[in-house]
Amino acid sequence: MKLNIGCITEAGLSKKNRTGYWRYFFPIVDKEKCNGCGICELFCPDSCIQIKDKKCVVNGYYCKGCGICARECPRAALTMQPGGEEAE
Amino acid sequence: MRNALIKKKEVMQGSIAVAEAVKSARPGVIAAYPITPQTYIIEHLATLIANGELKSRYVRADSEFSAASIVYGSVAAGERSYTASSSQGLLLMTEVIFNMAGTRLPVVITGVNRSISPPINIQNDHQDTMVLRDSGIIQLYVENIQEAVDTHIQIFKIAEDKEVLLPAMVCMDGFVISHTYEPVTIWKDEAVQEFLPPFSPVYKTDPQNPLTYGSLTDDDKVTEFKYMTNEALVKSKKKIIAVAREFQEIFGNHYGDLLQEYRTEDAEIILVAMGTVISTIKVAVDALRKNGKKVGVIKVRSYRPFPDEELRTALSKCRLAVVVDKSYSCSSGGILGSEIKACLYNQRGPSIINYIAGIGGREIFPETIKDMVVKSEKLAESGKIPDGSVFFDLNKQLLNNQLL
Repeated sequence: MKLNIGCITEAGLSKKNRTGYWRYFFPIVDKEKCNGCGICELFCPDSCIQIKDKKCVVNGYYCKGCGICARECPRAALTMQPGGEEAE
Repeated sequence: MRNALIKKKEVMQGSIAVAEAVKSARPGVIAAYPITPQTYIIEHLATLIANGELKSRYVRADSEFSAASIVYGSVAAGERSYTASSSQGLLLMTEVIFNMAGTRLPVVITGVNRSISPPINIQNDHQDTMVLRDSGIIQLYVENIQEAVDTHIQIFKIAEDKEVLLPAMVCMDGFVISHTYEPVTIWKDEAVQEFLPPFSPVYKTDPQNPLTYGSLTDDDKVTEFKYMTNEALVKSKKKIIAVAREFQEIFGNHYGDLLQEYRTEDAEIILVAMGTVISTIKVAVDALRKNGKKVGVIKVRSYRPFPDEELRTALSKCRLAVVVDKSYSCSSGGILGSEIKACLYNQRGPSIINYIAGIGGREIFPETIKDMVVKSEKLAESGKIPDGSVFFDLNKQLLNNQLL
């Protein structure tokens, strides 16, 4: 890869900079318990949770595994477990 | 020929002369926050802009951190930019200066050297600019007003060179240069503009073509980016020498490449220092020479990049080097002295004695220098070279009266 002087790059590259490999834990969703309330989506500091078809979906490319979603879920539908795929 | 390049030749205050030099380099943006002894420089630049003599944007900042951040942004947007500060102001700019060096933005800064608080003191020593030594900034120390003027013109060209692209600082002693009057030559704007072409940045950010400065980088590339900044500073040596010589060809003045040597040809003892104290040392050296002592002096003009090879060569023939430091790293000693010792380690070089003096504006007289030479000789003859640095002008009687 090319190294630009001063590490100056084009703007808006956050999506290209996949940070999912930083994590150790990943939130696993229990689809039975999840009712799609969206609290996890609101609390996710990296905006990598979306509610699709009234269920929580975590983006594995960007989730750093902080665990805030699991802590905040009122139905305890999220459990932090080692791993998780680096995928959308 | 050179008379044609002169705008005026008169007795001027150092700060005003420096402001005139900065004006002739026509920066597009100037941002500053006032602090003694830098104030007259930025006041005069503000006046020049208000009078319409300099077409530039002057931004009054609410702190030195803001001032440095504003010029960081304006250089990133492709404008030649300038700021100045002293003492605590430079400390407050420090975080931004590391960023300028890391993202390779050639801001020019005047560091008007002043002691660091506490105790609060507005007089001169080198502690404030020396704190910036690890940032990647270029630092040229100057000896008199004319050198300050000429170095300001040169330093824009050095900093903005495509192989350098680093922030750069002219370090001039507070009050000794900034507030004194000397006969000074100010060069015609056209002459300076011919010597110093407009800034043409490699990267330029604007709302249509936004760029990211200071993006996150992992350990797989950080070492390489730091190495690139380090290499740029090392390579700037060549540019500093080339620009100094080009300036000499056109304007006639030369203050040394990276070092300037005075009466060192056959010198057995060489004093090494930076800034205005060099003039005092030259007077002392002349007097000592009259008494038959083979003494010389080396002025370190370029402190960053550090002239390691040049110092090794320049000091190779003398038997004793006396380094006079106006700054220190607590518990480690004089900063210039320590670095000179490090660069001569494992070499067949001279013995080195490092004195710390002139802190908080305490005067270094020619007699002080003569005293240093005499005492150093005695120490060398008796084989008692001190391991660490010595506070030379310490008032021990005063220390005995301390409470607690």
